[in-house]
Amino acid sequence: MKRKIGMTLGIALILIWCLLPVAWIISLSFKSQEAITSGSPGFFPTSDGFAGWANYEALLTGEHSDFVQAIINSIGISLISTVLSVIVATLAAYAVARLEFKGKKFVLWVALAIAMFPVVSLVSPLFDLWSSIGLFDTWLGLIIPYMSFTLPLAIWTLSAFFREIPWEMEQAAQVDGATSWQAFRKVIVPLAAPGVFTAAILTFFFAWNDFVFGISLTSSSSARPIPAALSFLVGSDPFNPPSSLLAAAAVIGTVPIIIIVLLFQRKIVAGLTSGAVKG
Amino acid sequence: MSTSTVKSGDSPEKQRESDKSRAENRLGQKLVLPAVILMLLVTAWPMIQALWLSLFQYRLTSPDDREMVGLNNYVTIFTDPIFWRDTGNTVMIMVVTVSIEFVIGMAFALIMHRVIFARGLIRTSILIPYGVITVVSAFAWQFAFSANNGFVNYWLPFVEDNFDWFGSYGSSMVAIMISEIWKTTPFMSLLLLAGLAQVSEDTLEAAKVDGATWWQRLYKVILPNMRSAIMVAVLFRALDAYRIFDNIFVMTRGANNTESVSFLTYRQSIELLNLGMGSALSVVLFLSVLLIAALLVKVFRVDLAQARGER
Repeated sequence: MKRKIGMTLGIALILIWCLLPVAWIISLSFKSQEAITSGSPGFFPTSDGFAGWANYEALLTGEHSDFVQAIINSIGISLISTVLSVIVATLAAYAVARLEFKGKKFVLWVALAIAMFPVVSLVSPLFDLWSSIGLFDTWLGLIIPYMSFTLPLAIWTLSAFFREIPWEMEQAAQVDGATSWQAFRKVIVPLAAPGVFTAAILTFFFAWNDFVFGISLTSSSSARPIPAALSFLVGSDPFNPPSSLLAAAAVIGTVPIIIIVLLFQRKIVAGLTSGAVKG
Repeated sequence: MSTSTVKSGDSPEKQRESDKSRAENRLGQKLVLPAVILMLLVTAWPMIQALWLSLFQYRLTSPDDREMVGLNNYVTIFTDPIFWRDTGNTVMIMVVTVSIEFVIGMAFALIMHRVIFARGLIRTSILIPYGVITVVSAFAWQFAFSANNGFVNYWLPFVEDNFDWFGSYGSSMVAIMISEIWKTTPFMSLLLLAGLAQVSEDTLEAAKVDGATWWQRLYKVILPNMRSAIMVAVLFRALDAYRIFDNIFVMTRGANNTESVSFLTYRQSIELLNLGMGSALSVVLFLSVLLIAALLVKVFRVDLAQARGER
């Protein structure tokens, strides 16, 4: 009985931990600007400080609607880099998990080094390089860094999945006359699809979450993703930002991630832990 | 490992085997090539460029004054109290956040490991902070701590209602670290949960029968048996915490001396367009991350060897 109470308390604690700041930002997004300027320290909006959808309307159709372009940028850039990164990582992870070849150690070493690379230390050389070859402030200028930074995680996750695939089937296909490439494409790819999907979700998370590249490699709304756009919504005084407007923008930027988490919870947990514990 | 199926040793088989291994070698290299090119394009090449640029006095605001100054930028960095102040901040954030995350993450993992009901609900919830954009979590906590419209002062009985968390160094750092801990503890707890799953129930049961208390079982059985999971979790999080940038950018913009090394690097490169100094700082930042990684791996490896010796 004592144990059961302790468990319930523990669960309640975890739920509060995870949901409190999210509930707070949602609540804030429904407060009116006036209520916030005059001081509105309560958790929930009061009846006269309740703004309804006004903050969301300002962002999507009203005076701050350039935020829509940031949403488009984030979705486009994240999706493209996810698809490309997963294709490249699948090839590499198959080779790492399955084949013996010279330079395998080098590949793993490079991936490890990049996984611990401080992103900010690439900002000034990339800024210089991208400016000189015309990639600055473009979608491609963000897609390339996102791809290379998600590759290590994707390669690890995928090769952990690939090691668990029953490879006898591939050999059987080869005995039947298929080449290595055919065996890979026809037998392994369908079996590996769930792992590939998990890697895709993790890659998407990284791209969606990035801030450093987003603010340093863009200068206008043509490529600026949501996290960077959020920091530009802040007015002239960073200590008195338009809180409720920012909160609404934050909620918009978080909704896709929450939906993905709700839908694919099991796969994400498996992906996060498989690479770390088995690898 | 893939060649283990062919066991007979007669020569045509062997011939085929070596042809096969040569083909495998080529295929393997072909398959990893795009990944390697991409990874090197965005890291190795810019890093070499940074090494080169770091030897120059080079501001984008006056590109014609570009001048080779040798190791001068590095001398400036290492004799500058701002650099050491920022390094101190960064190390403090890393040590404090990772320690607290480990304790809370372990507690969460133990709860999640034993929980029978609401398993799906908890696993979904724990992923929400992981999924939330760091910038968003920083804003959420900045507003929560705000004296004007936040609930923290309102809820905490021992804090005055108009207390300005972002008015001084200490309280600003507390706010920054809380936002970091909130966001990344779930990641830590998931990795630790995976490690817990590998601790054998039989050993735990045996310890219980022998009369070990809960604490003794935790210290003598559970923790030593999940050492590799702990190593991975702490290593990943420590390197990540050392790169802290987003929270500080959003919450204080480096005000009240709360700057981190990443923030200093960003400020020199992008805000001041001082590419020479920014590049030198980039190199220093990269080397310090390598140093931390090497230190942690070394510390844990000693422990791992000991753990293996005990068994």
